Amino acid sequence: MAKLYIEDSKHSKTLQPKEETVNFLLNYSKALSVIHCNKMKFEALLN
Amino acid sequence: MIMKKELITDAVLVSNYIKGDESALSVLIKRHKQKIYSFIYSKVFDRDVTEDVFQDTFIKVIRTLKLGKYNEEGKFLPWVMRIAHNLVIDHFRKNNRMPKFDNGHEFNIFSVISDSSLNAEKILIKNQVEADVKRLIEELPEDQKQVLVMRMYNDMSFKEISENTGVSINTALGRMRYALINLRKVIDKHNIVLTN
Repeated sequence: MAKLYIEDSKHSKTLQPKEETVNFLLNYSKALSVIHCNKMKFEALLN
Repeated sequence: MIMKKELITDAVLVSNYIKGDESALSVLIKRHKQKIYSFIYSKVFDRDVTEDVFQDTFIKVIRTLKLGKYNEEGKFLPWVMRIAHNLVIDHFRKNNRMPKFDNGHEFNIFSVISDSSLNAEKILIKNQVEADVKRLIEELPEDQKQVLVMRMYNDMSFKEISENTGVSINTALGRMRYALINLRKVIDKHNIVLTN
């Protein structure tokens, strides 16, 4: 029988970002605040 | 709880996030991370670069949403994909090169193809080594030098050498052996490096 040269689904499941990347983004989002001041917007990163 | 969150549309989650619900972002990332990550990977073929572009994509998403610059008319995922696509283009512009083969874990393209031709430096070294070997051969006793030159440079068999020099095959073999031993001795004595 002919071999099927296809990627197994296991491989495609691993194609996702690392846990720490996602955590970094969530923490970045929590730390970032936008300050509105006289029609101007300022970004502030608070850790 | 998870089931409930799946039912909430992207538009509602984005709206909640803009209002300050940080958990909405977590749901959005979890929902779309594989699609976005795979999309980036399909362009750059490199895990580390994909991770960087993925991170930069969401940093841009977070900043745009928090600054209130997000246009709600568009759909969330196509918008994020467009940001990722632009960042991939930026990446290639910065590196000024086309996507290359992933020399990662399973398969290395250079184990199959290689450049066997010598570069300019290697040609110089090769010529130098060959010139050094010739000078060393000149130092050998005449009978050994004769056999070695016939064998190695003229590619003659020991039978032909024996016929040309008028000595037995065994004598020719012996002279060849001593020629090599003497060459090695001189090379060792003077610490000559004959490698390319």
